[in-house]
Amino acid sequence: MTHEVQPDYIGAKMGMWLFLFTEILLFGGLFVLFAVHLSRYPAGFHAGSATLSVPFGSANTVVLITSSLTMALAVTAVQRGERRRTLALLGATVGLAGVFLINKFFEWSAKFQHGIYPGSEHMLEMEKGQAAFYAMYYAMTGLHGLHVVIGMCVIAWVMGLVAAGRVHRDRFVTLENAGLYWHLVDLVWIYLFPLFYLVT
Amino acid sequence: MADSGAAGNGFLGPVAGAGHVRAWLFSTDHKRIGLLYLTCILVMFVVGVLLGLAIRLELIAPGETIMGAQTYNAVFTLHGVVMIFLVVIPSIPAAFGNIILPLHIGAEDVAFPRLNNFSWWLYVIGACIAVSALFTGDGPPDTGWTFYVPFSAVTTTNVGLAVTAVFILGFSSILTGLNFIVTIHRLRAPGMGWGRLPLFVWTLYATAWIQVLATPILGITALLIVAERVLGMGIFDPARGGDPILYQHLFWIYSHPAVYIMILPAMGVVSEIIPVFSRKRIFGYGTIAASSLAIAFAGSLVWAHHMFTSGMSDTAVLVFSLLTFVVAIPSAVKVFNWVATLYKGAIRLEPPLTFALCFVFLFCVGGLTGLVLGSAGTDVHVHDTYFVVGHFHYVIFGGTGFGLFGAMHYWFPKIFGRMYDRRRANASALILAVGLNVLYFPMLILGLQGMPRRYYDYLPQYTDMHVVSTVGSWIVAVGLALMFWNLWRGLRAGQRVGANPWGAATLEWTLSSPPPHHNFAREPVVTAGPYEFAEVRLDDA
Ligand code: HEM
Ligand SMILES: [Cu+2]
Repeated sequence: MTHEVQPDYIGAKMGMWLFLFTEILLFGGLFVLFAVHLSRYPAGFHAGSATLSVPFGSANTVVLITSSLTMALAVTAVQRGERRRTLALLGATVGLAGVFLINKFFEWSAKFQHGIYPGSEHMLEMEKGQAAFYAMYYAMTGLHGLHVVIGMCVIAWVMGLVAAGRVHRDRFVTLENAGLYWHLVDLVWIYLFPLFYLVT
Repeated sequence: MADSGAAGNGFLGPVAGAGHVRAWLFSTDHKRIGLLYLTCILVMFVVGVLLGLAIRLELIAPGETIMGAQTYNAVFTLHGVVMIFLVVIPSIPAAFGNIILPLHIGAEDVAFPRLNNFSWWLYVIGACIAVSALFTGDGPPDTGWTFYVPFSAVTTTNVGLAVTAVFILGFSSILTGLNFIVTIHRLRAPGMGWGRLPLFVWTLYATAWIQVLATPILGITALLIVAERVLGMGIFDPARGGDPILYQHLFWIYSHPAVYIMILPAMGVVSEIIPVFSRKRIFGYGTIAASSLAIAFAGSLVWAHHMFTSGMSDTAVLVFSLLTFVVAIPSAVKVFNWVATLYKGAIRLEPPLTFALCFVFLFCVGGLTGLVLGSAGTDVHVHDTYFVVGHFHYVIFGGTGFGLFGAMHYWFPKIFGRMYDRRRANASALILAVGLNVLYFPMLILGLQGMPRRYYDYLPQYTDMHVVSTVGSWIVAVGLALMFWNLWRGLRAGQRVGANPWGAATLEWTLSSPPPHHNFAREPVVTAGPYEFAEVRLDDA
């Protein structure tokens, strides 16, 4: 009834922030594991980190931060009632997310080619610290990649809502919440990048 | 039900312009969703009880009795998974929290009604996956409900599916908690300040925070088990730089707080029932409310008391042992408050109160044995013995279970507009309480004597106690059968009741029984606390 017509803006935001908390905690478990492993095998982590490609990682960081920008611009655009521009900016965000994934794909394939992937022969023979490093690498960037995919789906869905006129200048909390989610995905990467690529 | 006409049937009656089944399964009405949860939970409870009875039957004598060792492992694993993740964790919050919380605070619904329906569907999907783990793959999981690595990473049984189910159920639990927090913050009726919230709402609030903050850790743990099994990730495998103890930490960081997800709402129910049937304002409203939050907070810091024997440092053992004792304080505060409320009250021993009193007694036994386990010195002796099994059944079955049964009897007339046979209900409560003690007290003794848990066979000197315990399980079964049959009869043919058969003072009793589709026709304005009985009018038909 009443809240169908006039959604509770603050309530919706509050719900989203709580949900983001749970996402942070989900990654938090992995960050704790990372910390323990790092303190146990500093040398192995150092060596493992040296094998990752900083240019690749940096490029992806730039891509994701740019996508956060287009997302933020999309929110502003919808608030101004500029539907075409909103859609274009959201499209750009999804596109950049795609670039991120393609980049990641090449990065992972290169490692796979060297026989470094979970459960491989090579990983079994590896020095323990380095094996632990790669295990954490695949677990954390993998989970992050999964979130990128989910984020792309969410943004595509919101694009549908915008196109259908269900999200517009007087009712944009869905888009804003999708934006928050995307910023979280970006933020997690901003922590992953130095941890994996720059700890050497 | 056709005889009563749509108007008298409140939210149970048909919805205009919708098919009956659809209108239930896709309902966004919190009351209907709560009832859907309750139905599923009770079905799963019956499944769990049958598995439990099978375990007890197997243990009535040494050696093989009715099943082989591998079957036994699967049966106790499934019993644990079903009972913990599908029954007790969702039980009171998802069922009665949904039905009662908006009514309690004078709201029209929860904050996100469609999300609410979605989380019920997640529950159903999780339940289906968990049950299908029984029949597919290479045999049902045999790890115990804790899925400890390394065994869970290497066993060929269907652990992956069961863990996926746990992940989905966890997601459902998070969404429910999130919904409740926003509801309590945003949708209170005018005049319903924090100091006037019914205590059940306070416990749901504390529970919701635990659900939101602890469950994601379970999520990541479940994902990592899948990664270990499917990809050979090696995060918990020492041969590849991993560490199985880390698994235990992650698991208990969720699962200890989870025991407070199980017990806090039950405490809330008891805090509602006791003042109503003593017709007295609850003693120490503020301390009860605060102790719920204190339990939630302190309870999150004690997970490692499950790991005293796993090789932590002595300092860690000392700290976690101390913290464990700290949690006992707010729990004890609640017990004192309940007893003080009863003292010199005008007591009516109606079924809800009988269940609440049994709760208090059984919870005390469970809590005190918890202290034995919480002090590192004694825990080393009884760790992983039947003492632990006895302890947690006293708290989970005696606590959460009786809280749930109490809630079922307390809100039954409100939800269905009918009354069950009260004498029979009281009798079932007593049979259950007696059965529970016969079932679980011998386990405490067995544990002290050194009988390890999760064993399929045992030495002959333990036989007597096992026989007593198994007989207890039959008494419990009789009590449950009587209780469910009585409620079913009441549902079908019970006497009709009015709006407020117990003479309670919270808002839901101002509505007709059953409540109408959209709760309050006019937004209520709250002018008195939830336990001010002076103005209340009894309305018993
Ligand atoms: C409030 C409701 C409670 C519930 C639902 C509960 C539930 C449980 C469960 C399910 C277990 C067994 C875990 C397993 O499978 O290994 C357990 C063990 C344990 N509980 Fe509780 N518990 C509660 C309260 C307490 C309290 C108040 C204390 C201490 C003050 C406590 C201390 C312990 C300890 C130390 C263990 C570990 C025993 C061992 O494995 O050596 N519990 N509890
Ligand atoms: Cu615990």
